[in-house]
Amino acid sequence: MTETSIVSYAEMAVKIRAHCLRMTHRGRSGHVGSMLSMADILAVLYTGILSVDPFNPGWEDRDRFILSKGHGGAAVYAALAERGFFPREWLDTYYLDNGKLSGHISHHVPGVEFSTGSLGHGLPVAVGMAIAARHAGAGHRVICLVSDGDCNEGSTWEAVMMAAQHGLDNLTVIVDYNRVQALGKMEDVIEMEPFAGKLKDFGWAVREINGHDYAEIESNLLELPFEQGRPSWVLARTVKGKGVSWMEGTVACHYGAVSDEQLIQALKELGVEA
Amino acid sequence: MRTAFNEEILKIAEKDSRVFMVLSDIGYGEIEPFAARFPERYFNCGVAEQNMTGVACGLALEGNMAVTYSIANFPTLRCLEQIRNDVCYHKANVKIVIIGGGMAYGPLGVSHHSTEDIAIMRALPEMIVLAPADRIEARAAVHAMMEHEGPVYYRCGYKKEPDIHKCSIDFRIGRSIEVRSGTDITLIGTGTVTYRVCQAADLLASRGISARVISMHTVKPLDREAVLQAAEETGALVTVEEHNICGGLGSAAAQVLAEAGAGVPLRMVALPDTYIHEVGTHDWLLDRYGFSPRSIADTAGKLIGAGV
Repeated sequence: MTETSIVSYAEMAVKIRAHCLRMTHRGRSGHVGSMLSMADILAVLYTGILSVDPFNPGWEDRDRFILSKGHGGAAVYAALAERGFFPREWLDTYYLDNGKLSGHISHHVPGVEFSTGSLGHGLPVAVGMAIAARHAGAGHRVICLVSDGDCNEGSTWEAVMMAAQHGLDNLTVIVDYNRVQALGKMEDVIEMEPFAGKLKDFGWAVREINGHDYAEIESNLLELPFEQGRPSWVLARTVKGKGVSWMEGTVACHYGAVSDEQLIQALKELGVEA
Repeated sequence: MRTAFNEEILKIAEKDSRVFMVLSDIGYGEIEPFAARFPERYFNCGVAEQNMTGVACGLALEGNMAVTYSIANFPTLRCLEQIRNDVCYHKANVKIVIIGGGMAYGPLGVSHHSTEDIAIMRALPEMIVLAPADRIEARAAVHAMMEHEGPVYYRCGYKKEPDIHKCSIDFRIGRSIEVRSGTDITLIGTGTVTYRVCQAADLLASRGISARVISMHTVKPLDREAVLQAAEETGALVTVEEHNICGGLGSAAAQVLAEAGAGVPLRMVALPDTYIHEVGTHDWLLDRYGFSPRSIADTAGKLIGAGV
């Protein structure tokens, strides 16, 4: 990891966060806290990890990236726009009448692999894609980013079991482990701990990382798969609303829209001109 | 019929390496030849229908054709949102096959009665809904389904259903088959109950009533032309389906007639809007709920004022 790549990750993350704040402010829409918590992971994925081609989004050998927490789709849209998959101006239409970008992530947008929005859908499809890749002898990877709320869904665990059964080491799950759900903190809803232990017991190769530390994110993702013959699980500890002081760790930032004053203040905290 | 299905899918898989079978621990006694012949394209997901459907979708989005297969409501209602959001929205080349449509699993009870499936599946954009009447249609329908690019729902029978066709058929999705000609009334059946419709037509013939019989093996897209032609030429219609009276074949036909302004007398022989908790064999339940040939014939006779 070089100083240059850290700087580029940080710059990308700021751009993603600023876009998300502006988009949700303009659309008077929610889920900004969920976007901010995974912004650093997305910055590393789209800057240094995923093998994708903005000029050929359907490139056969691309890495498949599925965002299972589709409510955070604006953050992926922001990353895709910054990578040149579509004009940045499209971001200005997010959530608006006749807009290009819907609130939950859509495969009708260039660079988006799969539409989600109802939790628990991403991982089973990722398992199918990983099986298909292995069957075809293809070298690309399948990476699925899930929320901790995603892991409340039974379908996620159905897929967890099947991925282990078939030793899908071309499959990686990254959990945006911010421990804040729609109605409350995880300990008050469904406590997942010992989270890493559960996945180890289910046959996955598990690593816990700081989901806001670029070096840690990058170095671990560069070592995929963690073990031959096992799917990889990255438990990325994050903070909901990361980067905006009054949002961090709050339940309110799951649904709450950003006011005019809050936008100015939030962008200031990010060091971005309003 | 399920044996016919499995034999045909195996034949297709021999020629087309894109065919995968994705199961949820159902298929004992039928699926073994596929599993033995193509172990690399056979996946038993365990008792996990949501994952089964998602995995099938993932396989299909990578250029394959994935068949999910289970009994009654397991591969449809248990994973309906996966079918809607993952399969249909993405136009994934997934084929959803149920064994034991209607009340084929009779005494197993309500959990195993697939009696709302047609209504639910036909409400999904992109979905084709097939319900073959006999083994001859069933075999042809497998090929039509696999040749179609996109989601298909295939309501298969169970076993030992009588054949209604005596010769080879021209099976095309969305194109019904006239099983017998007639001029006084048209009986339209879908699925394996259609053989009882043919028997009802025989009874009507013995009463001097000439009944046309149509096998509507595709409920979506419905063969509009056949329905309107039957209305125009025979002046009255009876739809027969082993399905809740809400939202199935009868509803689809009524919609066609109403939109076309073809207001002919219509009766729907279907299951009442309730759960059939009485215990009995498939045939016993069918007789009890108005699907005996005599009951169907009586319904038709009354409709055209010919008495019973």
